[in-house]
Order: sequence, then structure tokens, then C-alpha cells
Amino acid sequence: MENRPLEYDYTVAKMFMLTTVLLGIVGMLVGVILAWEMAFPAVNTIAGSGLAEYTNFSRLRPLHTDAVIFGFTLSGIWSTWYYVGQRVLKVSMAESKFLMFLGKLHFGLYLLVVVSVVVSLLLGVTTSKEYAEFEWPIDIAVVVVWVTWGMSIFGLIGIRREKSLYISIWYYIATFLGIAMLYLFNNMEIPTFFASGGIGAWYHSVSMYSGTNDALVQWWYGHNAVAFGFTVPIVAMIYYFLPKESGQAVYSYKLSLLAFWGLMFVYLWAGGHHLIYSTVPDWMQTMGSVFSVVLILPSWGSAINMLLTMKGEWQQVAASPLIKFMILASTFYMFSTLEGPIQAIKSVNALAHFTDWIVGHVHDGVLGWVAFMIMASLFHMAPRVFKREIYSKSLMNTQFWIQTLGVVLYFTSMWIAGITQGMMWRAHDEFGNLAYSFIDTVAVLHPYFTIRAVGGTLYFLGMFLFAFNMYKTMTSSRRVEESELQNASPMGA
Amino acid sequence: MFHWLEKHPFFFAVAVFVTIAFAGLIEILPNFAEASRPVIGTKPYSTLELAGRHVYIKNSCNACHSQLVRPFKSETDRYGHYSLSGEYAYDRPFLWGSKRTGPDLMRVGNYRTTDWHENHMKDPSGVVPGSIMPAYTWMFKNTADIDTAYAEQITVNKVFNTPYNQELPMADGTKATVKMAATLDEAHADALAEAKVIAADMKDQDVKDAVEAGQIPEIVALIAYLNSLK
Repeated sequence: MENRPLEYDYTVAKMFMLTTVLLGIVGMLVGVILAWEMAFPAVNTIAGSGLAEYTNFSRLRPLHTDAVIFGFTLSGIWSTWYYVGQRVLKVSMAESKFLMFLGKLHFGLYLLVVVSVVVSLLLGVTTSKEYAEFEWPIDIAVVVVWVTWGMSIFGLIGIRREKSLYISIWYYIATFLGIAMLYLFNNMEIPTFFASGGIGAWYHSVSMYSGTNDALVQWWYGHNAVAFGFTVPIVAMIYYFLPKESGQAVYSYKLSLLAFWGLMFVYLWAGGHHLIYSTVPDWMQTMGSVFSVVLILPSWGSAINMLLTMKGEWQQVAASPLIKFMILASTFYMFSTLEGPIQAIKSVNALAHFTDWIVGHVHDGVLGWVAFMIMASLFHMAPRVFKREIYSKSLMNTQFWIQTLGVVLYFTSMWIAGITQGMMWRAHDEFGNLAYSFIDTVAVLHPYFTIRAVGGTLYFLGMFLFAFNMYKTMTSSRRVEESELQNASPMGA
Repeated sequence: MFHWLEKHPFFFAVAVFVTIAFAGLIEILPNFAEASRPVIGTKPYSTLELAGRHVYIKNSCNACHSQLVRPFKSETDRYGHYSLSGEYAYDRPFLWGSKRTGPDLMRVGNYRTTDWHENHMKDPSGVVPGSIMPAYTWMFKNTADIDTAYAEQITVNKVFNTPYNQELPMADGTKATVKMAATLDEAHADALAEAKVIAADMKDQDVKDAVEAGQIPEIVALIAYLNSLK
């Protein structure tokens, strides 16, 4: 046997890299517009009152969430899959024409879905269920895309040389299975056009579940779409990229086992915490609450495993902006997975539910953990994929600090906004009457909405630095040899 | 065992699936038989109300408004009786929302009028100074989709036995019947008759003219829906 390293084929990884950056910018741009609309309602008609239908808050809101979840994050997950998968399974995509075709088909179909989602949401074609807004024709397309990815995963596994599956692969498999199960069950719907014998809009459907049941299924999905979209695959990334970039072995295999199986078992129970004090049975709310707290264990298991991987090598955090991104991501993961369980405690939830504190929690998780980890992964991949050094280290550092400041402004302002509003909603005066009318509790939020919009805008600016840095890396950075790509990524000044 | 699983991807995948599916089976399935029984006084939506509900969904009103009153004094003082599971029996999909940028709307029909909604949807901060809700002027121009609403009525009636054209017990001891038309033309006529009642309370001349001419603007359907929330 020849003794030379495998050449991996990153064609598909590169395609998804492109959509990660582009859809990241689109999704976050929409988010920034929404943030300014809440601070200054005049922004709702920024494109003129004729187009207000398409620029107003409520029409854009699902576009924001779906663009960052199914656009930016999913692209990032797939980009890293088509990179990490080959490397840890020790097999190249180029070895199988079929898998190569499947990968490209995956990307092509995905683009079609993205375009149809954008058009349909702007037109207001939505089922109203959060992160499951797509009507049945798009749902079917999503399933096809998903199955294509599944075939790609198991196809690559089928021809692998490394027999033992690395930790990251466990998490990618779980992502595939988890989302498949959740998405299918939550989107069970009946197309009214066919059921009624050809009346009305062909794309319209009605949910198979009603009322409380519908809510149960939706939040079982909604919460765990977060689990299997924002946690599981991101953990897959950090288990691969942090050890690679730092040159350190994963701290503990046993801890990774505990964290993985713990997460798989516990996460699904916690969906009920979205329904506390609603009309779902009390025992379910309690289960949701209790399991949310238990969830700290497997979450912190992974995070601590990652932080301890850096044991004795902490100088790398100061030296490399790439390690900085990953360590901060891991820290935000710990932070966010502590905050979530706190909000899931019944008495805290009574205050926090329906307020901006929840929005703050989501964003410290996605901006601080998910997006940081995805960008760090892409930064690590870029020199290996393009055979060029990362264009600018100082730009990376600037991006890191601008975005960190952005996240901090975001979640601190939302904490204050949420707790303030929650307290005002429940305040009674000495005679037992409500102390504030609803509008009082809105007016008071203006400064916090403004600070949040500034924080979001900073983060968005950082995305441009990221895109620019990636573009320069791809096109005009110094070329590097394979020998420079062992661990720490080569970076220009 | 774990080492073995890591070398056998198929069994690994099965083990993961069983582990994650477990919670759903135990938490979700048992509730299905119980939760969808309507309480007395709950009615399915009329064609126009359903069309209005579609307008509500089309514009993601649920992104900022909840329809779930929690059992706290501060909420029952503000919004009325706390929500009961059976009240949602005919809600497909549920519209509880997850954020109250604006107030809850579960029982908005009890304390807001057609006139109030008309002015408010046109110029929210003119009605509620300081409001950050955008105006929804296009609802006064777009036409409501009665066809799709009727198609949905047929679907839920056929598939889920949603009780249209049946006497239903109301809270005050009377009976009420929600009609589902036999034909599409009849559905249009019924919706228009309902729309005329709403339009009579409105001031916008374009809307009145449209209804007079047999058209139903989205705003009329939306108000019919909001008025039905009690």
C-alpha cells in the first residue's frame, strides 16, 4: 500500500460554505431590520407604504428565523459534514461517483427549497408554526433533501476505512435522525385542495392535530429542532475542530460518552417547558421543567470536555483568534444551557414566558455558541479547502471583538427588557388593581430595544468582516503547502 | 457495548433513535385522546371567521400576540378567564404564540369592537399612543380568500368530524349551529352576508363599497375572526 495521505474532495463542502456565508448575511440582515422596527416602528415602512406588506415586522419575522436556522445553520452543518465526514471516516468523496452526485444533488435541491421558502414566506404562505412554517409542498421537498443527506451520510459510512465512528459522527447521525423524526410528525397536515375536491389554494393545508395537542407536538418539535439543529451538530463541530486546531487530544472519552447518550435521552423530554402554565396536563409541564434542569449535566459534560481539552495550552487562546472563537462558543454554550434550565423552572417561567428574556436566551445561544462555532469551523476549513492561508488574523480578531460586544449588548438588554416587562405585567397596586396598562409595559422597553438593535447591527457588521476575510482567503491569500496544515491554521497578518 | 456500537453504524443509529423517540411516546401520545374534547360553548369557525383566521396567520399576528391566558390573577384581570384546553378543540393550527410584544388576544372579542379594530389596524399608534405595532393598510385592499376557507371547512368536517350544521350546547343553555354551505357559491353568499354586518359598523368607504359590490376585503374577515375570540 502506498504511504501517502488521502486526498479529500471538498467540492460539496465549498458549495455549502458559500450558502453559509450568504444566507448568514441575509438572515441576520432581516434580523437587524426587525430589531430596528421594534425600536423605531417607522422602519416598518422603510421601502414605502406600498411595499409595507413585505417589509413589516410580522411578515419578516418567520423569514428571519428560518433563514438563520435553515439557511445559515443548516448550510454550516452540511458544509462541515462534507468536510469532517470524509476525514474522520478516512474516505474521499472522489472515490464514489454516486456519493459525489448525491452531494451535488443535495446542494441543488437545497437551493430550490431555499428559494421557495423565501418567496412563500414573503407572500405570507405559512402554517404559523414556529420553524415549521412551510406548507406541504415545501415540506415534501425538505424531506427529499433530508433523505438525500441521509443517504450521503450512510453511503460514506458504508465505504469507510476507519471502522470506529469518531464522536463527531455520532452527533451528525443523531442530527439526521432527530430532525427526521421531529419534522415528519410535526408537519402532519392535510392539503385542503385535495380533501375538498379542488377548492381554494392548492398549497394550503390544515394541521392533523388541534389545539392543545397541536401545541404539544409543535413544542416537542420546536424545542428539539433547537436540540438537533443548534446543539447536536454544533457539538459535532467542536469535537472535531477544537482538537484539530489546538493539536490537543479530547480530554475524556468517557465524558463524551456520558454527554452524548445523556443528551440523547434527556433533551426530548424538555420540550414541555415551552408550555408551562398552558392547558397541557400539569405532569407534562413538570416533566419538561425537571428534565430541563437535568439537561445541564450532558450539556456541561460536552462543554467541560472541550474546555479541559485546552488544559495546559491556554496560551493558544490568547495567540489564536480561531481558538478564541471556539472557546467563547463553548463558554456561551455553558452559559446558555444554564440560563435555559433556569427559565424552565415554573416560578421563573411564570415571569419570563412571553417576554424578551426568552428572545435574549435564544440569541446568546445562537449568536454566541452556534454562529461562533460555525464561523470558527469555516475559518479552520478554509486553508485546507482552498490551500491558502487565512487572509487576515487581525481582521479575525476585530471581528471577534465586535461580535462579542454585539452579543453582550444583545442579551443584557433583553434580560432587562424581559424582566422589567414581566414584573410590570404582574404588578398590582394597593387596591389589587393592575398597576400598568399594557402599553406602559411596551413604552418602557424602547431604550432596551434600541440597545439590542445596536448589538445586532454590530454582530451583523462582523458577518461582513467574516465574509470579506473568507473571500480574500479564497481568492488572493498566500498559497500554503500540506505541511503547514497540520494543526494551527496558517494566518496572514 | 459503546465500543461495539461505534463500530456498527446501523445498530448505533437504531440505539440513538430509540433513545430519542422514547420521550415523545411517553409524553405526547397519552394526551391525544383527552385534550381535544370541546368545552361547552366552543364552536367551530364560520367561513368568514376562518378566512379571517387565515389573514391572521398570513400576517403572522401570532409572532407578537399570544392566545393563551395563564392562570394568574394578573392575567385574568387583564384578559379574562384563563384558557381551558377544550376551548381550542377546533383550532388547527393552535395560535398560542410564544411572545407578547402586544397583548394577548384569546378573548379580544369581549372587549374590542369592529370600529376599534378598524381604526387600530389602520393606525395603531393613533388609537394607542406609543404603540409599536405597524399599520396593516393592505388588509383594506386585499381580498379575503373565501374559497380556501371553505375548502378547510369541508376538510375538517370530513376528516375530523368538526361539527358543522349541528346543534351545539352554549354556556347559557341555548343551542347554536355553525353553518357549512353545501356549495361554493352558497359559501360565498353566506360569507358576504356576514361581511355586510361587519362592514355596517365600519367607516372606510372603500371597504363598504367593496362589500356592497360583493367583494370581501381581508380586514372584514380579520375583524370577524377577532370578534369571534371570546
